[in-house]
Amino acid sequence: MVQEIATVTGRNEVADGIYVVKFSSAHISRTSLPGQFVNVRVGNGFLPLLRRPFSVCRTQDDEAEIVFNIVGEGTRILSEKEPGEKIDVLGPLGTPFGYQKGVDTAIMVAGGLGVAPFPLLTQKIRNQVKRIETFVGAATGRKLWTEHLENVHAATDDGTKGFRGTVVAQLAEFLESNKVLHPKIFGCGPTRMLHALSDLAKRYEIACDLSLEGDMACGMGICQGCPVERVNGTKKYSLVCTDGPTFDSREIVLQA
Amino acid sequence: MTKTSFKLRDVEFKNRVLVASGTFGYGDELKDLVDVNMLGGMITKSLSWKPRDGNPPGRIAETTGGMLNSIGLANIGVHHFVKDKLPYLKTLNTVVIVNIAASSIDEYCDVLSLLDQEAAVDGFEINVSCPNVKEGGLSFGTDCDATAEITSRLRRLTEKPLIIKLTPNVTHVSEFAKAVARAGADAVSLINTVIGMAVDIKTRKPRLSTVTGGLSGPAIKPIALAKVYEAAQSVDIPIIGIGGIASAEDALEFLLVGASAVQIGTMNYVDPSASVKIAQGMAEFAARNNVGDLAEFVGALDANVEFSVLQSWL
Repeated sequence: MVQEIATVTGRNEVADGIYVVKFSSAHISRTSLPGQFVNVRVGNGFLPLLRRPFSVCRTQDDEAEIVFNIVGEGTRILSEKEPGEKIDVLGPLGTPFGYQKGVDTAIMVAGGLGVAPFPLLTQKIRNQVKRIETFVGAATGRKLWTEHLENVHAATDDGTKGFRGTVVAQLAEFLESNKVLHPKIFGCGPTRMLHALSDLAKRYEIACDLSLEGDMACGMGICQGCPVERVNGTKKYSLVCTDGPTFDSREIVLQA
Repeated sequence: MTKTSFKLRDVEFKNRVLVASGTFGYGDELKDLVDVNMLGGMITKSLSWKPRDGNPPGRIAETTGGMLNSIGLANIGVHHFVKDKLPYLKTLNTVVIVNIAASSIDEYCDVLSLLDQEAAVDGFEINVSCPNVKEGGLSFGTDCDATAEITSRLRRLTEKPLIIKLTPNVTHVSEFAKAVARAGADAVSLINTVIGMAVDIKTRKPRLSTVTGGLSGPAIKPIALAKVYEAAQSVDIPIIGIGGIASAEDALEFLLVGASAVQIGTMNYVDPSASVKIAQGMAEFAARNNVGDLAEFVGALDANVEFSVLQSWL
C-alpha cells in the first residue's frame, strides 16, 4: 500500500455519463489484485473533504484505471481532470476476490457501475479458467460499458440493448439453458441487485463473491465507518474497507 | 532550532502535535505510510473493558467541510489490546496515550488500573464525551459532578498524566474544565465532536443509523477555538486543542488562544501524513519568525478582554 501523487494520463467518457480516468502509478498498477480499490483525494480543498474509493478497473504496465459516473462534487472534479493533472491516490486497499482455485467457469455479474472491478478480474483470471461469461446490466443501452470483458451478455431495463430486464433475470435464464462446469459468480452493483444475485447463487448452489460499497473515511480500517453485518462468527460486523470490499455472499447480511 | 517539546507531569512530548483518538487506530495500521515517531504522541482508539461491536451501518456521512460519525466506540477491548497491540506500541519512540471509554465509573477504573501497570502506556485520555452511545459518553460528559467524580476516582489510581476529553455540547465548557482541574486532572483536551445530523431527502431517512452523530473536520474549527479559549481563560492546567486542524497555521491559532498542544483528527483520514507535516510546519513558522520556543505562542493572543463577551460567564 502506498500514498502517491499520481499524474493523470487519460480521461474518456466511455459511455453516457461514464468516465474512465487513467493515472500513472507503477506500484498500484503492478500490485493491485482484482476487487481491490484505491482511495482518491481529488484536490487539496475541503469540498469534498474525504477521499473517494474506486475499484481498480484495469492495469497496464505502470498505469491504472478507474471508472465512475458523476454522483457528487468529488466525481465531478475527477471527471474534469486533464492529462498532466495530479490526483492523490492511496492503495491498493482491501481484500481481493477469491478466484485462485477450483474455478473453471467465472461468471461476472455487473449492475451499472458495478462493472468496475471486472476488466482487471478478466485480465488476471483469463489464463486460469476455462470459460468466462460476463453479464452487464444498465438502465439503457447508452449507459452500457462492456470493454475489456469476455463473452458479454448485455441487459437493459428499457430493452434498448440486449436482454430486456435485470441482469440477474438474464443470468437465471442462462443457467437454465446452459451447463456450467465448476462455476463461481462474482457480483458488483446496487444493493437490490446483489440481494437478487445472492438469492440466485444460493438457489443454484454456486459460490458467489460480492463486491460491496460502503461510506468510508480512511479505507484502511481505522475509522470503523463501513461495517457490514456478518451472518455469524465471533464479531458482529466486518469492515467493507479491509475485510472486503469482496465478501462470500453466504457470510454477510446485505442491507435492506 | 526552535524548541518544540513540552511536558505533562514527567512525560516529555517531543513536539506539540498528537494524533486524536479514533483517527490513528492502535498505531500499527498506518506504519507503512507515516512515521509516528515524528509526532509528539499518539492517542489510541477508545478502549473499553470488553470489545464493543459499535453501531449499525450508516456510521459516516460527509458534510460541508466536515464529516459526521456515529461509530459507537467499536473497539477490541483492553485485554486484546494488551496482548496484540501493545507489543508494537512498545517499539515506538513517542508518547503513547491510551484513550478510555466506559459505561460506568467502575469500568473506567478497571481499564485504567489494568493499563497503569504497562510501561508502554505513558498516560491516559478519558473519553467522557462520546455523543454516539446511550450509556456512558455524554451522559457523563454533560454532567459536571459526574465528570469530576470520574476524574478524582481515576486520579487516585495513577501517577501518569491524566487528560480528560471534554465535549463542546454543553453551555459552558469552562465549568467542566474547572471541575476536572480541581479533581486532579493534569490536562483537558477539547473539543470532542459537535452533535450534528444529516438527512437524505430522497429516502427521508437520517444519514446516520443513530439519527444524530458527531461532527468533525475543518467545519468545526471556529467552535473549537472558542471553546479552547474559554477553557484557557478559566483554568491553569494545560489544554490540548482539538477540532478541525488541517494545517500548521490552524494549529498555531489553537496555541495562541491557549492550547499547549493540539491533536489532529479527521485530517488523518484525508492525508495520513497530515500530522507530521503540521508538526514540521509549526517549527518552520516559529523559526521564520525568530521564535525560539513554541511555548511563546501558548496563550499569546492579543485580544482586548474588555470587549470579550465570554468574560461575562467565566
